[in-house]
Amino acid sequence: MSLVSMTASVEPAEVTPAPSNASVARGGPGRLLRPALGLLLPVAVAVAWELAVRQGLASGRLVPPPSVIVQTFADLARTGELELHASATLSRVIAGFAFGVVAGTVFGAITGYSALMNRLVDPTLQALRAIPSIAWVPLFILWFGIFEASKIILIAVGVFFPVYLGVMGAVMSVDRKIVEVGRAFRLSGIAMVRRILLPAVMPAYVISLRAGMGLGWMFVVAAEFMGASTGLGFLLIDGQQLGKPAQIVAAIVAFAILGKATDWLIVLLSAPFLRWEDRFART
Amino acid sequence: MLVLDRVGKTYPNGVHALDGISLTVSPGEILVVIGGSGSGKSTMLRAISGLDTPSQGRVVLDGMTIAAPHEQIGIIFQEPRLLPWLRVADNVGFGLEQCPTAERNARVSRALERVGLTDKSRVWPRELSGGQAQRVAILRALVPRPQVLLLDEPFSALDAFTRADLQDHLLDLWADSKPTLIVVTHDVEEAIVLADRIMVMRPHPGRVHEEITCDLPRPRDRQSAAFDFVKRRVLAALDRSLERAVITDDRETKAAAGGGLWW
Repeated sequence: MSLVSMTASVEPAEVTPAPSNASVARGGPGRLLRPALGLLLPVAVAVAWELAVRQGLASGRLVPPPSVIVQTFADLARTGELELHASATLSRVIAGFAFGVVAGTVFGAITGYSALMNRLVDPTLQALRAIPSIAWVPLFILWFGIFEASKIILIAVGVFFPVYLGVMGAVMSVDRKIVEVGRAFRLSGIAMVRRILLPAVMPAYVISLRAGMGLGWMFVVAAEFMGASTGLGFLLIDGQQLGKPAQIVAAIVAFAILGKATDWLIVLLSAPFLRWEDRFART
Repeated sequence: MLVLDRVGKTYPNGVHALDGISLTVSPGEILVVIGGSGSGKSTMLRAISGLDTPSQGRVVLDGMTIAAPHEQIGIIFQEPRLLPWLRVADNVGFGLEQCPTAERNARVSRALERVGLTDKSRVWPRELSGGQAQRVAILRALVPRPQVLLLDEPFSALDAFTRADLQDHLLDLWADSKPTLIVVTHDVEEAIVLADRIMVMRPHPGRVHEEITCDLPRPRDRQSAAFDFVKRRVLAALDRSLERAVITDDRETKAAAGGGLWW
């Protein structure tokens, strides 16, 4: 059989993939409508609750209506309290996140790269991971006092484990065929890490950083419950003790805004390193 | 000149993959290695590349023993293995990091132009078809101008149309600087299209069974009687390498040749 007859029915192979429907829709009305759709439910609930309280169908004492929360939020912002507490919390999260990320990255890279170090270190770290991190609180207070150090360390512990697991898993699952390409081009040591390993682990690393940041925000609340005179966690406790639910909800909203903002920042800063990923073609 | 001096390989699990291969490949020669599964073709190629160390013997390039990947030896794998985080042009220039940027860019642009991929220079590997990706992989290996280029079943994952296209591209690129090519393949027609010499290997353990010189004029006409004659010789040698009965009937030989793939 000749090659010509063999391939007569074969489509030309050099066809660039057609743009996906998603990318065609990009820039159209869908771009604005899709995020708006997600707002529909919470806005509807808020409006319904506001109307219910205004019509006298509910007292709104324990669950304040949106207008009262907004007012409380505005009052806290005007008096400078919001800035004081938010910045205290934010600085704790950033410090704890930084320590947790550095330690998680170093240990994750070492245990992912070296089988010996993995056998040596990973079982201990996995055992420590099994301890609910809040259980460390009394010990941390004894060791590091009631002030900033114990709070930052607790947050760092929370951030450490997702980053550690993410980095270890990412390093272990780097495609050996790609590493072999690096070897064929005589890369070793730093050059192999910089040109092959780092870009290869970057997607999983960013996900672990986002998970770490999420836990950082979770742990800062626990840390501030330990005893703090500033911070959004203090606002929560203060609101509970003084019976100010609007202040509690305002603090929760502040947590949500800051949590989302820091997550968005990680996504934004990491985007230039991940442009090659499929998801950037889809979204 | 590339010399294999009694190169053997036994893996830690006891598998004796390669049994003392001795071979000399001249500069600019295209040697095609063909053989059944377990005949040590890829093991030999990896030993030449320096990615694996032979258990016995040595690989010598111009008097220098190869014990690790060497700048004068490039390798192309069965799959393109492009780095997904680098755009096409950066993949092609991957081995040129030491070059000044202007020279690197010029060499990459020239290479992409040679295979008609200039318009793809800024796209990501995921946006390429299989044939385009393998062309980029060939360029990545050729752009540093190695003296020896090793190809491990480079076109086996492609359809017949693209495979024939890439064989032509490979010969065009080879003609530019005439590196030594060592190509491992399962495809008899591909072997004859490319080779100056075809080395048939036999399995368990891998060793050289027979060498067939292929001096048909290029470009080679797959429909010609001379091409068909060499094909029958190679198929017969392959059968003998597996200690099969040689099929002598002409019709049966053609049927066995089928689409050109020999398993």
